[in-house]
Amino acid sequence: MKLIFEKSVPGRGMDYLPQCDVEAVALPAGLVRDVAPRLPELSETDISRHYTELNKNVHGVNCGFYPLGSCTMKYNPRIDEEMAALPGFTGVHPLAPAHTTAGCREVLDTARTLLCEITGMDDMTFQPAAGAHGEFTGVLLIKQYHEARGDSKRNKIIVPDSAHGTNPATAAMCGYTIVNIPSAPNGCVDLEALKKVLGEDTAGLMLTNPNTVGIFDENILEITRLVHEAGGLCYYDGANLNAVMGVVRPGDMGFDCIHLNLHKTFATPHGGGGPGSGAVGCKARLAAYLPGSAMMDGAGHIQVRSFAGNFLVVVKAMTYILSLGREGIPEAAQNAVLNANYLQAKIKGTFEPAFDRICMHEFVLDLSRFKKETGVSALDVAKTLIDYGMHPPTMYFPLIVHEALMLEPTETESRDTLDWAAEVFRKLYDLAHEDPAYMHDSPHNAQIGRPDEVRAARNPVLRWKG
Amino acid sequence: MASYIPSTRDERLEMLKTVGVESYRDLYRDVPQEMYLDRGLNIPAGLSELEVSRKVSAMAAKNRVFPTVLRGAGAYDHYIPSIVKYIPAKEEFLTAYTPYQAEMSQGILQSIFEYQTCICELTGMDVSNASVYDGATAAAEAAAMCRDRKRRVTLISGAAHPDTVNTVRTYCYGTGDELRIIPVKDGRTDLDALKEMLKPDVASVILQQPNFYGQFEEADAIGALAHGNGSLYIMSCNPMALAIMKTPRACGADIAVGEGQPLGMPLSYGGPYLGFMAATEKLMRKLPGRIVGETVDSRGERAYVLSLQAREQHIRREKASSNICSNQALCALTAGLYMAAMGPGGMAQAASQSMSKAHYLATELCKLPGVSLKYTGAYFHEFVTVLPKAEEVLSALEAQGILGGLPVGDGILWCATEKVSREELDRAVAIVKEVLGA
Repeated sequence: MKLIFEKSVPGRGMDYLPQCDVEAVALPAGLVRDVAPRLPELSETDISRHYTELNKNVHGVNCGFYPLGSCTMKYNPRIDEEMAALPGFTGVHPLAPAHTTAGCREVLDTARTLLCEITGMDDMTFQPAAGAHGEFTGVLLIKQYHEARGDSKRNKIIVPDSAHGTNPATAAMCGYTIVNIPSAPNGCVDLEALKKVLGEDTAGLMLTNPNTVGIFDENILEITRLVHEAGGLCYYDGANLNAVMGVVRPGDMGFDCIHLNLHKTFATPHGGGGPGSGAVGCKARLAAYLPGSAMMDGAGHIQVRSFAGNFLVVVKAMTYILSLGREGIPEAAQNAVLNANYLQAKIKGTFEPAFDRICMHEFVLDLSRFKKETGVSALDVAKTLIDYGMHPPTMYFPLIVHEALMLEPTETESRDTLDWAAEVFRKLYDLAHEDPAYMHDSPHNAQIGRPDEVRAARNPVLRWKG
Repeated sequence: MASYIPSTRDERLEMLKTVGVESYRDLYRDVPQEMYLDRGLNIPAGLSELEVSRKVSAMAAKNRVFPTVLRGAGAYDHYIPSIVKYIPAKEEFLTAYTPYQAEMSQGILQSIFEYQTCICELTGMDVSNASVYDGATAAAEAAAMCRDRKRRVTLISGAAHPDTVNTVRTYCYGTGDELRIIPVKDGRTDLDALKEMLKPDVASVILQQPNFYGQFEEADAIGALAHGNGSLYIMSCNPMALAIMKTPRACGADIAVGEGQPLGMPLSYGGPYLGFMAATEKLMRKLPGRIVGETVDSRGERAYVLSLQAREQHIRREKASSNICSNQALCALTAGLYMAAMGPGGMAQAASQSMSKAHYLATELCKLPGVSLKYTGAYFHEFVTVLPKAEEVLSALEAQGILGGLPVGDGILWCATEKVSREELDRAVAIVKEVLGA
């Protein structure tokens, strides 16, 4: 389809503003831009149709099954959107006098109280805008803690090799040397490997539990005990909290701080890549190091973003938690786990699970043998799924499983949908044996064929030039 | 209690059977008994949709929304055309993930490509990323881009937004690098002081234009000084001003960043907002964050993809310069949509009217006894007054539904946008006049 710039007609456009009712003041001569920006000039009809056409080329959770592992693509309730769109929230200036913003602070306080109880933490900030941003904040809590104690030799963060790439990247942004440790064959932490690297230079360990292959690490108490014994702190990557919320708490596993992806576990929409909220919770001994805003809270805090973070996202998450409540939160987790296990059981016999056991909220398929047999890769399978209207699972992650497809169905999918998905997987398994060439060329009925990514990287065209 | 789980009780029992377990507890067999939360969560019972709507609406009602806003300081109350509110609420845009699968995400990818183009046009730069969290993090990420082994120090104008300064400071603290603040003289960056601070270890200089006090900086001269020292030049600009103001590129900037909130995002107590980030072609492969590129598909048709991913954390892990792996996609879509709806003419109108109304307000306020401008330089849509009885003035305005300027040191930082009418401004001035007994 055409770009919006290609639909632009000079002189066309809307007048949304009245005539200026005060004397016009011009910029001083040296400050005027020489040519106007070439922004599109369109009627509102043109704009409405352009974006409607774009919207047709988007697959949202409302369009169909979206088992993107580690991303928790659950249904995003509409009431949460309605609440966040209340003018009583959207119209509030972040620097309005405190006595006029009591409602906003009540939202933040309520969300903090609820999420501290769910995570087993004592305090929480909503300033970080995304998961990776929360990781950065959390690891800075660890850094400040050691520094405040004069414990300056702790310069290493331990990260399992199954971790998401943001974990090591975050630790590097916080000035730490990264120590990668290998995972045990079951994807869990290798206790011996951990013991070997722990020492007086250990600042902390970054871990997600359930881990990135969807298994709850049964040694978790031993792991956090060992790290604490060495003088380090334990950071919980909350990407996978949907499996365990209301069932077991990171605080009770021995973690000292945690980030949450409110846009995963707490059902706020992903918006095609944001805005999210990477709330960070911590135990009392780290609370003094939480970030603040120079404008809202004065000096003396670290700060990772302006003001109080993505406030409206917190409104949505709070609405969600209040809706589900005491019984609904664990019920969601349990059914996320049930749905994952059910789908795994239904797919079994065709594609092989990387770990043949009860999983948590997600599971990984290992297609390496399948690829050897058929020549069809995980990528080919993923691309063929698109023709069935299913968003592909996460591909080639975690790195410790080759030809990985990671599926996370979430609790908001019905058994019918899971049965259908299993059926589609079975079809593709057979198709790969019958007509692998067809799958190499998939998708066949999508918005586009496979894009040439190498060309995009080698010869970057990053804007319209006209 | 609301539940979004479709499966019925019977279905769940059958599914458990299919999995080969008796109960949910069996699914959690790896969870050690001592940490299993048998007591349940200590949070309230769930609410029906009607109840939760009542409860949350009551919270919103505890806020005061001012019909007239004369406060900015990093969050600006511009008019948002109706269509800009409706389109981003479409469920597909709203609920999709990051567009990893280009074959089913062309709509989002193209909207970002269009946004990138608009940002390049606005800033005059060659390349833009798909956006970052906000203006403050954009500045911090830009500073990180500029540091290399030899040049580790970042200089930032003391007239930049305090939240930006503090955020850049925090990012520098992370990597153990130094941030030095360039002193402010008469509400603007002190060029003489800057000259003294430009040492061989300075990686970049960050300037905000217009600055926190609304003043226009000598952006060209500061850029020339930075470059004369071999340092890179980062300008943080108000995107609304850019509709009419000399571009960062024309001022010599290597990287342009800024807070994108004025481009169609409501105040929302501080977020979601949007950080824009654009650079010269030379720095393209150092830009953090998502970037959308054009390519062709297997049929030779134009297509869009997430591009230049070799820069990013999922490939480079601890060697990546940033851990960022998302953008503010829906806010970027909103910003692109806002710019398209307003068009170049409408944007220029909004910018020019904001500036004109601020000047009208300043002129009228300064007619009152004891009121004067704290700084004498040219300004955009914000200015600082010295004003007696500041607290009483702001309370009186508040009582009449007007959010007055922000107390900053011994002055008040006022802002006006195209949204306030002359009548509102006159009313505000009359209230101030009454308090001052003039």
